[in-house]
Amino acid sequence: MTPIARQPLSLGGRDPLPYLVLPALMVLALAAMKFSAWLTLTVAGLAVGCMLFLAAIGLTLIFGLMDVLNFAHGGFVTLGAFIVAAVFAALPASGGGAAAALGVVALALAAAAVAGGGLGLVFERLLIRRVAGAPLRQILITVGGGIILQQMLIVLFGAEPLALPRPEALRGGFIIAGAAVERYRLMVCLLGLVVYAATHLALNRTRLGLLIRAAVENREMVEALGFRAERLFRLVFAAGTALAAIGGVVWALYAGMVTADLGADIIILIFIVVIIGGLGSVSGCFLASLLLGLANNYVGFLAPKLALGTDIALMLIVLLWRPRGLLPMDGA
Amino acid sequence: MAEIPLLELAGVHTHIGRYHILHGVDLAVPEGRVSMLLGRNGAGKTTALRTILGLWRASYGMIHFAGAEITAHATPDIARLGIAYVPENMGVFASLTVAENFRLADWRGDLRPTRLDAVMAAFPVLAQKWRARAGTLSGGQKQMLAIGRAIAAEHRLLIIDEPSKGLAPGMVAQLTEALIGLKQARTTILLVEQNFAMAQALGDHVAVMEDGRIVYRGDMAALAKDIPLQTRLLGLSLASHQ
Repeated sequence: MTPIARQPLSLGGRDPLPYLVLPALMVLALAAMKFSAWLTLTVAGLAVGCMLFLAAIGLTLIFGLMDVLNFAHGGFVTLGAFIVAAVFAALPASGGGAAAALGVVALALAAAAVAGGGLGLVFERLLIRRVAGAPLRQILITVGGGIILQQMLIVLFGAEPLALPRPEALRGGFIIAGAAVERYRLMVCLLGLVVYAATHLALNRTRLGLLIRAAVENREMVEALGFRAERLFRLVFAAGTALAAIGGVVWALYAGMVTADLGADIIILIFIVVIIGGLGSVSGCFLASLLLGLANNYVGFLAPKLALGTDIALMLIVLLWRPRGLLPMDGA
Repeated sequence: MAEIPLLELAGVHTHIGRYHILHGVDLAVPEGRVSMLLGRNGAGKTTALRTILGLWRASYGMIHFAGAEITAHATPDIARLGIAYVPENMGVFASLTVAENFRLADWRGDLRPTRLDAVMAAFPVLAQKWRARAGTLSGGQKQMLAIGRAIAAEHRLLIIDEPSKGLAPGMVAQLTEALIGLKQARTTILLVEQNFAMAQALGDHVAVMEDGRIVYRGDMAALAKDIPLQTRLLGLSLASHQ
């Protein structure tokens, strides 16, 4: 029997230290407040973290494989937000039961993914391919592309904010150990975990993921082995923009409103997450998102005056400790 | 009747940016033989190999492989015709395990167990390091992985760029032995090499490059015997390259 048939793939060793930051932060926060407040803030922080992850994972994937920092990423998040508004307008989710509401949300997620991925393919073909390997041009063209995308969405959906009431089934929550836990936040946590697990498994346990990891490291050699790296890149770009649109759906339902500025409003936060996590790292992106979500909630509760600077302060601390981010790309 | 070469370069020019590197290279690689490409540093050997693979584009001239013109083909299409390439930097994926590197050996995903077992027999250390990340291997082990990966799938031509570079003598001997095995199996190989012992042990034919041109072609055995010719073409005799 050949060794390949005999043995599973190995993911290799990991530095455990960055993974300890999250539980350490949670334990420190627990020591500083009542359990019920801690539980409420923790669930809310994890939910915001998962939303950030959903919005940011596409950016880190695209950078990791293609070396492209897509400044139009926020535009795809906004696209997802408008798609869910359109789906809800066409199929009102509030009237039916929980299953119907979840069905409409699932449909909105699928429609956003298809629209985000499809538009991403067009975007890659028309703009990104022309500026491969030219970082300054990439910045200019993706910033410009993002503005065009935003203006097109305004033309299609209007400049006025659209109200997006959450379906009845996703409103309210329940009390656990004296802490209020919202249903929607739990759903977001679940979705974030599913997307993280699916991305991690796809990258680490499939032949396609293996190819992507190889192409990240040495595109030329992947091509010399007979694989079409360009197709891989197109696929990853489309997956990245589809995930951004999914992130937009989740953010819009959380905010209860859709504006053309939604993506632009959170793009700085998305970049902070991607930098803290380590450019190109999926696990780093997940860890950084949760860290940012929790840190914002804990600091906002314990020292409200410091809350505004939490994101930047966290980024500075992490980069002073680990200049390449918590889990740089080779640990993806 | 004249032998039809498996690979043929005719008047190939290559520019990299504003630099004109290859100035009309003519080269023929016969099937079932080992062809050596020699030359001083900067002569254009690596550029010639990369141009064959389409990693750098030929500005003029024609490249034919197995009777088909491949000059303008994309690299994956050239590789799919049956050309395996081991670059000077070995091209192993350091963040992947040895097993994962082998999973990428065949683009069709059709790696035959018997071939893989033959590779493991030639390079037993790879079986021992099967689950180790390639980045943790020594230079010699990485070279074995690179060559092992190239021969694990079926190819018609194996192109190797300086396999002995930076390796300890014991490792070079082991590598030479493995390549002799390939030669005996009538594998067609185009090899760039500076190590005389390896070049002499492996080469059937030789071409020498200078300033982006082929300035000599003939039998390896004849060049190995002709010290003045070696000195004229390579600056030093091949023996001093050991």
